Amino acid sequence: MPNWIAACSLGEIAPEDVMRFDHGGRSFAIYRSPDDEYYATDGLCTHERVHLADGLVMDHVIECPKHNGRFDYRTGEAKGAPACVNLKVHAVKIEAGKVMIDVG
Amino acid sequence: MDNAPPAPHDYSLTGPSSRYALEHGLANAEWYRAPIPRARMKELMKRSDGPAIRDTIIWIAAFLVTGGLAFHFWPTAWSIPFFLAYGVLYGSSSDSRWHECGHGTAFRTAWMNDVVYNIACFMIMREPTVWRWSHARHHTDTIIVGRDPEVAVMRPTVVLRVILMFLGVPQVWGAIKSMVRHAMGRLSPDEADYIPEMERAKVYRTARIWLAIHLAIIAVSIYAGTILPMLFVGPLPTMYGAWLHIVTGLTQHAGLPENVLDHRLNCRTVYMNPVMRFLYWNMNYHIEHHMFPMVPYHRLPELHEAMKPYCPPPYPSTFAAYAEIIPAIIRQIREPGWSIARPIPREYPAQAVPAE
Ligand code: FES
Repeated sequence: MPNWIAACSLGEIAPEDVMRFDHGGRSFAIYRSPDDEYYATDGLCTHERVHLADGLVMDHVIECPKHNGRFDYRTGEAKGAPACVNLKVHAVKIEAGKVMIDVG
Repeated sequence: MDNAPPAPHDYSLTGPSSRYALEHGLANAEWYRAPIPRARMKELMKRSDGPAIRDTIIWIAAFLVTGGLAFHFWPTAWSIPFFLAYGVLYGSSSDSRWHECGHGTAFRTAWMNDVVYNIACFMIMREPTVWRWSHARHHTDTIIVGRDPEVAVMRPTVVLRVILMFLGVPQVWGAIKSMVRHAMGRLSPDEADYIPEMERAKVYRTARIWLAIHLAIIAVSIYAGTILPMLFVGPLPTMYGAWLHIVTGLTQHAGLPENVLDHRLNCRTVYMNPVMRFLYWNMNYHIEHHMFPMVPYHRLPELHEAMKPYCPPPYPSTFAAYAEIIPAIIRQIREPGWSIARPIPREYPAQAVPAE
């Protein structure tokens, strides 16, 4: 059962960037890709509990600020040590100028 | 100055100091971060291939020139200065290449980082998977006793060990023991603490390949009846060229406090000349690197400018750093709990260690 929540407004995130969004005691990372698509993942790195929103978006990869572990934020795929466990991804839709993510 | 671990100092990752760190909030802790605006950080973190490609071309050319001349003049004494220069490239500049490419920040293109990482690892005899994980731990728990596997000068200081480090002796001896252990499919208890299960097969495979290469070099030398191949590749150049990376490397943390949660207290930023900075890939900006490891080496001077208001004054030279380090590590022979206190700007106080 999806549970859609408005995370931010369209345009609030710069292209090829990421924003932190906290909801219900959980943290999420919302991405805007260079081709202007929006994506969402869990907000904390799977290696250690570090907020990915402090990291760097390059193309479709988020690099963790702590040890530079990399994930494909479209699929959550971990791209190599020390990021070895995939990230959970969340569905995204745009509605009335808002970026909605499924936190269910 | 230290939140000193229980005496005696125990640097193993599975002993009482490790338990102390875990119980006292020193492991996986929140560290101080200078409040640099996100927009500026984004600029500084930006990757490009250009600077590292340029530097790598110069690096390879320097290897060819020094190695070629050493070979040309062999076996006369004229080959010695060229071997010394080649050794510094092989046994010292590989330290920074290993380091920067391990972080994945030197090049924008991932495979370029991986290629240079693996070559530099072989030169400095740091097994790629093992050191990737040990270095991740070093960044999580920098100079936390019982957690950080990369403490260069342990306390109380063993002066002979420090001297031998300049000749690469403890490093290479440790590297050979590790390589053989891994080739036999075993990890030490410390390694098992920071290398996850899923990565271990890779450790054993690489160690076997490396061991085969080292044995092949020895075999070629014996077959050809000359030590020459061993002077170019393997433990010998790692050792005779080690001194410079110890000169630069000891400035990073030696003499500074253990068990603190603020890189301004346990790292040094030291101004160095452009040649040293080329060989060391700007790791003299060490507070900056530890606080923001995502910033590539070629942007560290700019990060340094941005962080200046929040940091202690940088050391004006390597000599100035050593004027502090040498007396400090000598004092730590008898007073292992003592360390140098760095002046933190009053407006940006040091990150507190959690109360007991
Ligand atoms: S915390 Fe993200 S890679 Fe280590």
